[in-house]
Amino acid sequence: MMQQVVTGNRLADGVVIYLGQDGGWTSKIDAARVAADADEAKLLEDIAKAAEKARMVVGPYLIEVTDTAGAVTPVRYRERLRAYGPSVHPEFGRADVPDHLRMGSEAEFVHLNGVAG
Amino acid sequence: MYRYDEFDHAMVKDRVEQFRGQIARRMAGDLTEEQFRPLRLQNGLYLQLHAYMLRVAIPYGQLNAVQMRKLAHIARTYDKGYGHFTTRQNIQYNWPKLSQVADILDELASVEMHAIQTSGNCIRNTTADQYAGVTADEIEDPRIYAEIIRQWSTFHPEFTFLPRKFKIAVSGAVGADRAAVRFHDIGLFIVKNDAGEVGFEVWVGGGLGRTPMIGKKIRGFVAKADLLAYLEAVLRVYNMLGRRDNMYKARVKILVHETGTEEFTRLVEKEFEDTQGGALDLPAEEIDRIAAYFQPPAYEALSDDPPALTARRFEDKDFNNWVRVNVARHKAAGYAIANISLKPVGVPPGDVTADQMDAVADIAETFSLGGIRVTHEQNLVLPDVRQDQLYDLWLALREQGLADANLDHIGDIICCPGLDYCSLANARSIPIAERISQRFADLERQYDIGELRLKISGCINACGHHHVGHIGILGVDRKDQEYYQITLGGAPGEDAAIGTKVGAAFSAAEIVDAVETVVNTYLAIRQPKERFIDTFRRVGDAPFKESLYDKAA
Repeated sequence: MMQQVVTGNRLADGVVIYLGQDGGWTSKIDAARVAADADEAKLLEDIAKAAEKARMVVGPYLIEVTDTAGAVTPVRYRERLRAYGPSVHPEFGRADVPDHLRMGSEAEFVHLNGVAG
Repeated sequence: MYRYDEFDHAMVKDRVEQFRGQIARRMAGDLTEEQFRPLRLQNGLYLQLHAYMLRVAIPYGQLNAVQMRKLAHIARTYDKGYGHFTTRQNIQYNWPKLSQVADILDELASVEMHAIQTSGNCIRNTTADQYAGVTADEIEDPRIYAEIIRQWSTFHPEFTFLPRKFKIAVSGAVGADRAAVRFHDIGLFIVKNDAGEVGFEVWVGGGLGRTPMIGKKIRGFVAKADLLAYLEAVLRVYNMLGRRDNMYKARVKILVHETGTEEFTRLVEKEFEDTQGGALDLPAEEIDRIAAYFQPPAYEALSDDPPALTARRFEDKDFNNWVRVNVARHKAAGYAIANISLKPVGVPPGDVTADQMDAVADIAETFSLGGIRVTHEQNLVLPDVRQDQLYDLWLALREQGLADANLDHIGDIICCPGLDYCSLANARSIPIAERISQRFADLERQYDIGELRLKISGCINACGHHHVGHIGILGVDRKDQEYYQITLGGAPGEDAAIGTKVGAAFSAAEIVDAVETVVNTYLAIRQPKERFIDTFRRVGDAPFKESLYDKAA
């Protein structure tokens, strides 16, 4: 079973957010609460559904991540783009992205073929 | 250009207020997302990967300087200082906040703009030839009819819930289709019949997406008075018979294909018997009333190729290239149509900063009687420039980084937002466009290659028009890796064609090399004066396949 976190977009401004360790929502994926098994994932989903009703988040869903010493990285490429911002216009990306996960203007191809690879 | 009357003003203002209330109810919890989604889409508001996206309508691609300044102000105040011009002559903002959208729409309304008809299964913003009204090869100005269609189609109660979105394009030019008219749900060409009357040739069922099709001509001539009655007949047939069971088969192109052009035409003609000569009759005085808004400005009596221009062209090679490549013939002697390429090397195609928008507004006022057009190739046009002012214009554009002389060359790439922004995309497209433009940055090399339309889409929906690229690139997702298919031989214009897939897809690391291989193959086998597309049509895809895939042999 893969580790999972819940993500969605914040209602008021559309910003990408994650269900956090403290039960609130955070824009930093490293602060997301990671579910290690199916039961915990189900629990996160239930919390997220309640948060959707409470108009905090739009369209929450579970994504697979790897959690290495507190650095939470989405498995799927699309989700890495959501977590770190578009790979074009580096100024739109997030300031808190670890350098090795940056997808800048990409002179190098290594990023294109899987950032975490 | 068209100016709002009190009805337009009231309608747009009411609509903004209505949406403001709907947003407030969504934020207060009186509307669920499910209830709110169709309402926000009817106001051009999408939810994308990173944020909301607001698509603003630019009817038939026409703007004035005041509107452009407002677009700049919105980019600066409510977004991250950018706007993105799209392949439908619109502009998109990628970072608006839901809580501020009503304010943005108020700002737009103050300059006679809105975001209506930019989403949903309605008749979308009508597009037109970007050289409308200023090109010499034109029978009549298509903006007049695009505006009439806008007024007929806005909030048309019968066509609010069509099976799928519906796009109409109009061109008045003879022998040149600059608006990809044959790839629209309805494409209209202004034509003259044998009696010398001006009317419309009607094409239906063109489109790109997962099932690309060239439209079918269903009528050679519709009289002006019958235009709306005939459009209504087509829409009515589509609304009744278009498939609602499968989103991917819901466009009118599938209906035309499955029904057969002949039968579809018969159904339209039958419906037309009912709609013709009734309330939809378009009186000549109404056409004249709208046409008055598009009267050409008072051009000065000038001559072509003034000595000042000729001398500058002789002295400055870069300027001469820009004139040769980006400037088109105007209908009035001594004037020119200047294209602003929004494709600088290594920059997302169609992206413009707020500062550049302000500069373009100033430049349009100084050099182009205040007029600006947006093209479906994601470029801008200054329609009314005096030839003896072209050099000063070029200097002003160059100062803004907007003087790239690459129009219709390999650097002038059409590209959708792709997976960097779009929730539908499978792969990124902008970084590929950036890298191709870097690889071919040398303009002399671009001129040697000649006209080459390269178009990139990040998914099968084909917003980047890859099917009609001389070279088309389609991003696909394979086991969470980005791959890119190449199609060859597409063409958007008068010689409309849909490209064919050349073979297996390339990885992101290989695609730029693959494009270069295709270009080099053409350069090696072309005959004098052949453009890429001419060579391709002469030799087919065999030589390209060979150089792309048989390297190991």
